[in-house]
Amino acid sequence: MTMHDRSIASRRRFLAGAAASGGLLLGLSLPMSGARANGEAFAPNAFIRIGADGRVVLIMPYVEMGQGIYTSVAMLMAEELEVDLAQVQLEHAPPNEKLYGNPLLAGVQATGGSTSIRASWKALREAAAAARTMLVTAAAERWKVDPATCRAEAGKIVHASGRSVAYGEIAADAARQPVPTSIALKSPGTFKLIGTRAKRLDTPGKVDGSVVYGIDMRLPGMKIATLAQSPVFGGTVKSVKDSAARAVKGVRQIVRLDDAVAVVADHMGAARKGLEALEIEWDDGPHAKLSTQAVFDELKQATAGPGVVAQKIGSGVDALSGAVTKVEATYQVPFLAHAALEPMNCTVHVRKDGCEVWVGTQVVARAQAAAAKVTGLPLDKVVVHNHLIGGGFGRRLEVDGVTRAVQIARQVDGPVKVVWTREEDIQHDMYRPAWLDRMTAGLDADGRPVVWHHRFAGSSVIARWLPPGFNNGLDPDSIDGATQLAYGFPNLQVEYKRVEPPGIPTAFWRSVGPSHTVFVVESFIDELAAAAKQDPVAYRRALLDKSPRAKAVLDLASAKAGWGQSLPKGTGRGVALQSVFGSYMAMVADVEVAADGSVQVRRVVCAVDCGIVVNPDTIEAQIQGGSVFGITAALYGEITVKDGRVEQANFDTYQMLRMNEVPAIEVHIVSSPESPGGIGEPATSCVMPAVANAIFAATGKRLRRLPVDPAVLKAPA
Amino acid sequence: MALSVKINGKPHRVDVDDDTPLLWVLRDVLGMTGTKFGCGKALCGACTVHVDGAPTRACVTPISSIGESAVTTIEAIGATKVGARVQKAWLDAEVVQCGYCQSGQIMAATALLTDNPKPSDSDIDDAMSGNVCRCGTYPRIRAAIKQASQGLGKEG
Repeated sequence: MTMHDRSIASRRRFLAGAAASGGLLLGLSLPMSGARANGEAFAPNAFIRIGADGRVVLIMPYVEMGQGIYTSVAMLMAEELEVDLAQVQLEHAPPNEKLYGNPLLAGVQATGGSTSIRASWKALREAAAAARTMLVTAAAERWKVDPATCRAEAGKIVHASGRSVAYGEIAADAARQPVPTSIALKSPGTFKLIGTRAKRLDTPGKVDGSVVYGIDMRLPGMKIATLAQSPVFGGTVKSVKDSAARAVKGVRQIVRLDDAVAVVADHMGAARKGLEALEIEWDDGPHAKLSTQAVFDELKQATAGPGVVAQKIGSGVDALSGAVTKVEATYQVPFLAHAALEPMNCTVHVRKDGCEVWVGTQVVARAQAAAAKVTGLPLDKVVVHNHLIGGGFGRRLEVDGVTRAVQIARQVDGPVKVVWTREEDIQHDMYRPAWLDRMTAGLDADGRPVVWHHRFAGSSVIARWLPPGFNNGLDPDSIDGATQLAYGFPNLQVEYKRVEPPGIPTAFWRSVGPSHTVFVVESFIDELAAAAKQDPVAYRRALLDKSPRAKAVLDLASAKAGWGQSLPKGTGRGVALQSVFGSYMAMVADVEVAADGSVQVRRVVCAVDCGIVVNPDTIEAQIQGGSVFGITAALYGEITVKDGRVEQANFDTYQMLRMNEVPAIEVHIVSSPESPGGIGEPATSCVMPAVANAIFAATGKRLRRLPVDPAVLKAPA
Repeated sequence: MALSVKINGKPHRVDVDDDTPLLWVLRDVLGMTGTKFGCGKALCGACTVHVDGAPTRACVTPISSIGESAVTTIEAIGATKVGARVQKAWLDAEVVQCGYCQSGQIMAATALLTDNPKPSDSDIDDAMSGNVCRCGTYPRIRAAIKQASQGLGKEG
């Protein structure tokens, strides 16, 4: 039985009668009364299952793509359920937005936006605590003792007398208990697991090659396909000469679609060789002359006039007339590809009466819907098997790959695994949008900012991905990090103008909106400090009287980094501060700029307040990794389009940071009683301005566009 | 024509074109999926295997070039003393995030430590900078290599 079948079957068993199933099923967002009388109301949010066999199963609504979520969400459940982490088994939640929709992502069944812990923190612990309470009550009933004399411990209910019963043995009785009307969560002081460096559950199979990612799927009779999509966005296939491709040993079939051609073969080697042998003539369509320069020209024009006001404080931009000094700057950031190391892939078997999909996806219900749409099958005839993902970063929040694979698989007899080449993966990504920002600030006689005006234009990913989230010209992601700043400005105006690049698909990318806004905001505040001839840390600090958590991380990062120490020539130290994803973060970066303008980041010191810490090791890992991701973007990341085609293709033209370029990264965690914040993404946005500000400190050159251009930094001959 | 190759000590006969990269023979023909596809052009190191002990990018290695050489993959590297030590260090240092590049990283690190049991930071840079980790686990990879190297020199 597959994971999917098991969880469906178990829910059906429950609906048929929990007592008969011998199991206890509990869900998130527990209804507080009448649950037992109404099976539907109890069963729908099923996340926890304790079998009569003693199995403790967490039906996991979030997918593991490296962020450690399988471990940290399991820790939340294990803590309240009083089981050892090792006892928890995980199953991927099947596609079902009603049951598994992410409350922080408008109910879409999605893993993203650094929301998994935040979405689980209260609800999953409550579900587990309710289960624990029901197990205790059931045992007390069986023993005819006061429940207050029983406690849960390591997967057993233990009576004061010392007698005990394992969860599995009491699960059937527990299922007959009423759901408690009030649930007492453990107080943080009694946590045994939360806050510890618990070992990850997903790693052993990742060091011996045994773990199965989507791309590792193997089925009897399965063929492998690879594809060429129109090199120009929106182009179509005009003609295909495939005789040479068909002659390649192992090639079985050529599949022609409107805008792509796939070669189906016994193995990827033959498929790739066949692909190279194809002669495809393309109709380039309406975007044949598209260039990124044209996109930026349009963004520049769009920001010449007012945008939609996202936030206004005081008199907004009108307050500029009272300023002593005016500072203006224009920033821009490029399109970026995700370049997850596992290339896009999807395995599909289309039969007359059903369709099965094997894929690693951040949006399993959308994957199911995409396959249903292409095949014309009803949703219940499409089964999606989700997998561990070899890097997501937002790419797998899109289902274009599923759509494409099903289009191909419809024409293939039997199962087919469609694997993108790296070149197709990069040239047919959906990109982090390019943005252009115009910044204006007014300073008083002491150099303090009295007005902050930020106007920017770019694509709204939300408008396409979650249309109801785009309202009156604004969406919460595009403006995240530009509004609700930690800094206290007496007058502020933030404006956004949605401008969609023609033909270039855009999507979420690690750190989403803040990957752009934090770079601009933190670079510009640095400019203001320089204009005021003040220290960048002190300048920021003076604006943080109403943001004690922000001030605390700034103080900690600057102290740990040794802010204020003198540095050798050619090196510089920069700072950045942000409050996004529910976490506060400050970073200090040290860089070295060589005579040829090349930049090496030597050290990053990070202070973070992400609320209560679930697993400090995971937090450190995400900050280390997020920093590397952000430095990669700051130094190298840029997707450019010329004649409608993406110019980058593989890791030689779309470079990644490598071992020899990685700085020392220190992480300091502020102890906090607040609810947990997100941690997968903050470091990526924070490190980019820290690096740019350090380059300014080293060279006196302000970088107002990314990535870093060494030609600008080259020392004069 | 059919070719003979020895993988992890076992002989296999495969019927593919001579120029078929070893990677696809491993993954698609023999079903050994621990070795990963990342770039197809020896740019990322995800497909690193050992050919007679030397770290080799399987994605650009024609199957016909293997001849009598012994190919070792991630599936069998734990059977070597250094490989097992590297895998343990990887778990101890909690290196792994998405894990997709780690087969290649472990193969590269094992080759390094087999050849040079006490690598300097610069040796580590040289040996490992061909391996991309998009999750950015590099600091922990370095720490794990250093952990794995402890005691290796003495044991020769």
